Amino acid sequence: MGALAALAAALVPLIAVALLLRARPLLDIVSIGQLLTSSAWRPLQKEFGFLPFIVGSLSVTMLAMLLAVPPCLLCAIYLAEYAPHRLREIVKPLIDLLAGIPSVVYGLWGVLMIVPFIRDILIPWSQQHFPHVTLLQTQNPTGYSILAGGIVLATMIFPVIISTAEEVIYAVPDGLREAAFSLGATRWQTVKGVVLRRALPGIIASIILGFSRAFGETMAVMMVVGNVPQIPRSIFDAGYPLAALIANNYGEMMSIPLYDAALLAAAFILLLIVLIFTIIARLFLLRAVKRTE
Amino acid sequence: MKRRQRKHIEERFFVGLMLISMVIVLGSLVLILATVLVKGLPALNWAMVTQVPQGGYYLGKEGGILNAIAGSLALAGGATVLSLVLSLGVVFYLQLFAKNARLVEGVRLALDVLWGVPSIVFGAFGFILMLWMGMRASLLGGIITLTLLELPVMVRTMDEVMQMAPAELKEAAYALGSTRLEMAQHVLLRQTLPGLLTAILLAFGRGIGDAASVLFTAGYTDRLPTSLLRPAASLPLAVFFQLGTPVPEVRQRAYAAALVLTLIVLLISLVSRLLTRHLTRHVVR
Repeated sequence: MGALAALAAALVPLIAVALLLRARPLLDIVSIGQLLTSSAWRPLQKEFGFLPFIVGSLSVTMLAMLLAVPPCLLCAIYLAEYAPHRLREIVKPLIDLLAGIPSVVYGLWGVLMIVPFIRDILIPWSQQHFPHVTLLQTQNPTGYSILAGGIVLATMIFPVIISTAEEVIYAVPDGLREAAFSLGATRWQTVKGVVLRRALPGIIASIILGFSRAFGETMAVMMVVGNVPQIPRSIFDAGYPLAALIANNYGEMMSIPLYDAALLAAAFILLLIVLIFTIIARLFLLRAVKRTE
Repeated sequence: MKRRQRKHIEERFFVGLMLISMVIVLGSLVLILATVLVKGLPALNWAMVTQVPQGGYYLGKEGGILNAIAGSLALAGGATVLSLVLSLGVVFYLQLFAKNARLVEGVRLALDVLWGVPSIVFGAFGFILMLWMGMRASLLGGIITLTLLELPVMVRTMDEVMQMAPAELKEAAYALGSTRLEMAQHVLLRQTLPGLLTAILLAFGRGIGDAASVLFTAGYTDRLPTSLLRPAASLPLAVFFQLGTPVPEVRQRAYAAALVLTLIVLLISLVSRLLTRHLTRHVVR
């Protein structure tokens, strides 16, 4: 049993080492710095620049964070501080349900609802009202865009952020709230000045967990983001996230030399970024637990 | 007086924003389920869930998605059984035998981090494992990869459940002279049974819904899964591949597959709620 536990604990480093070993043939001829900063993607010429894909992942993820964080925190505050007990008991399972929906179903929803919404409503509207803002202009009228990816991802990370943030806010000791009330503070003033301050490390952790979940998500994003290897200039441009790159090309990867090494290097980069963020989030959470004790 | 009014206006403003946020979050759940239902229900019929793809299937001819349903159940079922065996070992070790508290915390942290690893990375790792073992895309490859994906979910959930079992109960068993394994078998397992079943269902749900990890490892086929060494179809990939075609009849099958998948997930969520409420006959509170 001890061996099993050790094996389970060693899985993450094992995965990282395996990916790195398989990526070695590429890393032997090109430096990692070059891979990360080049935007030339021509597998047949052995040119593998990851920049467009990293920018693709980052832009989709940042859009998702911008869209998801404000409503998620407000929801978490409402559920923990305002909602009557019965409402909380009804809503929390629904949020768990949102977390359980498979990513292809999110992707299907994106294709059937979000992409047409962007194509038929948002793009014409922004072209009419903001013709000079480059961020809102595009040559890509399809709706398959980083914004579509961002919206779908935002919905996917709602449950991640809400459930973690709600838990840490709920765990703030009541004595603190009562002290603020006795000074004549309203509930919102108490939340703003006392509860959120106490729960801050946990809230930061919830946001980082949302980020790393969004960064690694593959299928749902891949179905709506357009998959064009370019650096997007506007939110309506197509992008190509790292995870989608791996998933889209698994079929050819064994037939072109170094291609498999490049894709597994991409997986390694993805893993590394997600690991860093997850570990930071866990450290914040540990601090949050200490604070509420 | 003025200050007082201002703080109440601020209160109302933010409560208003919170309510809007609640509507956004719950509304998106409703929109997703409604989309799947509206598109999926007309596409779902008896032939769809009882037939495998026939000739000319991808041009809109006869056939259904039974290959994907059976494949998904085999993949997620196999992975759940495997990870249950592994999980019980790990959890018993963490709960009963590990002496060093820091080591236990370390293993928990490592599993939490593993939980956060993206499924496409599991897929890539599974692919490397299969290359080493000289395997091709197959049911077994998919099961192994999904096991890795389900393991952290199952271990961490079971671990939490067992952590919550009252210490007096364990001590009472020890006081009667039982060994650690006897205690685990007769007291701990019984006490935590509903929670353990929920953990199993949760892991199964994660496994059956995941597409990125089986993409590399299980492949896709029009046949039913009959051998561990042959490729197996899966519902998420059925949605993904069939949505990409221009033929409307084939896209219908993507909707049907998505609906079946969603229904399975809903069923899992419902059953695990019922479990925590009803299967508590042997639980001491």
